[in-house]
Amino acid sequence: MKLLTHNMLTSHVKGVTKGYPLLIKATEVKVNEVEFNPQFVSRMIPKLEWGALVHAAEELGHRQDLPGELVQDFEKNEDFLKKVHRVLLEVEVIEGCLQCPESGREFPISKGIPNMLLNEDEV
Amino acid sequence: MAAFSSRSCLQYLLHLAQDNLDFRLPSPFWCLDGLSEEDVRSIMARSVCAKSAFELWGHGQTHSELRTSLLNFPSDIMSPFMHKDSTYRINVYTFNKTLLFTDRIKRIDALEYLPFEGTVSLKNPQHIFCLLEDYGTDPNNIPEHPIYIYFGRWIADGQRDLIRSHSVKNRHFIGNTSMDAGLSFIMANHARVKQDDLVFDPFVGTGSLLVACSHFGAYVCGTDIDYNTIHGKGRSSRKNQKWRGPDENIRANLRQYGTQKMYVDVMVSDASKPVWRDAALFDAIITDPPYGIREATRRTGSHKDIAKPAEGVFEESHVPVSQAYHLSDIFTDLLNFSAHHLVMGGRLVYWLPVYRPEYCEEMVPLHPCLQLISNCEQTLSSHTSRRLITMEKIKEPEEFDCLAHLSDPRFSAYQGHNAFREKYFCGLNKKSTKENNKSDVSGD
Repeated sequence: MKLLTHNMLTSHVKGVTKGYPLLIKATEVKVNEVEFNPQFVSRMIPKLEWGALVHAAEELGHRQDLPGELVQDFEKNEDFLKKVHRVLLEVEVIEGCLQCPESGREFPISKGIPNMLLNEDEV
Repeated sequence: MAAFSSRSCLQYLLHLAQDNLDFRLPSPFWCLDGLSEEDVRSIMARSVCAKSAFELWGHGQTHSELRTSLLNFPSDIMSPFMHKDSTYRINVYTFNKTLLFTDRIKRIDALEYLPFEGTVSLKNPQHIFCLLEDYGTDPNNIPEHPIYIYFGRWIADGQRDLIRSHSVKNRHFIGNTSMDAGLSFIMANHARVKQDDLVFDPFVGTGSLLVACSHFGAYVCGTDIDYNTIHGKGRSSRKNQKWRGPDENIRANLRQYGTQKMYVDVMVSDASKPVWRDAALFDAIITDPPYGIREATRRTGSHKDIAKPAEGVFEESHVPVSQAYHLSDIFTDLLNFSAHHLVMGGRLVYWLPVYRPEYCEEMVPLHPCLQLISNCEQTLSSHTSRRLITMEKIKEPEEFDCLAHLSDPRFSAYQGHNAFREKYFCGLNKKSTKENNKSDVSGD
């Protein structure tokens, strides 16, 4: 699971109102090399919850020097875009789980794939 | 010499392929006005329905009319392609008729009134021209003379080779209902998928639609309720193969075509219970929801009936008890999801299964935030078809938009749609409805 996806996911456990962002408990994290595409990164940045991205990168120990605040005029800032690119697309949680911050319910991640299905009694 | 504005009076001719006829007008020849050559090249860079495009120099119902038309065509437009140091070749194409080689040569010779000054080169000409003859659309009644004739300068071919290169026959990972390559690309085009888009498929299956979108430069993600399909496990859909191999998954499919870098994520998830925060995240949502025939329609939920166990027992693949996901609910949910999660101007493209004897336009689901762009039928059998529906987001959702359909007078017409599955099977001999067939992959 990449952090781009994580940034867009929220807990859908019944009755939960503060389900975002999901906490990440990773037991295996990989960093892959993915071709840098500044246009795509620029387009995604306005859709992100910046605080949640930084926090998630921190949780995984891969924040490096990603700034806590969104940089102004980021479209032209290639250094900044490269940092965002790494965190969004290159860091992947392979094994672990996502946890609802309100209910504590865990959603397993296996082989990089989260399983978001709820059980019969939770819907 | 005055610069010539290519956007003014030039016509272009598209020669369309003879498939997906339901999606277009009957004739395979289509003249376009008001475009530039650049526009035409852009179209051909995406189209899998168009074989070739030509700059139309002349046309008519007879060769005599064609000649008049060509002699009236501005010579200053012709001359850059005719001069003595250039090489060229003339092709002859006949629709709905086979022509003997000698007859082709005769037709090329008959064009000697055109001011070609260059040399003919069959192998690698700089300029290619084409004489196209239309012998109508009835293969049982081929006229002696063409009903219409065109002559033009070849501009570009379409992307029909993608149908072969991306054929499901050769794909690493397939399922019983993997979308064929041609239709996948058509769907990507309907959705106007472009470079750097983010595209989502909520019923992703084996990712056929994502493969097509990634080819056009979009980053892709998907979800499916079926754990085995997402993980690439379980029984193979190939005739001579029992179980899926280790390299069979969506990511591997993208890798096969060199677009692995466009892979964002896939997840096991129930499309009726979305897991995304409420924001306009996706540039396009492209999907083929289950029709309840070859793959089951399912959703998680408390239910007294126990669902049949999934084929191939893999311990981790516990599927929570499934309840029937009524067809009309699938589409209501899908449209509502799209209204919330598409960017403004973003498109939803999906297949709507239809029981033809009872179909009426009112059955096509609507939503106050989405505008219906197109509705193209693909016939599946005498009593069933599916319709490719394209919608565009035109408005941000307000609080009660998701319930708008309940007050819509067409709602009751749509409820009948739930019986699609039953009606489909009524039309067939009594067969086991349990999905037990391995499809003999007929690909595209």
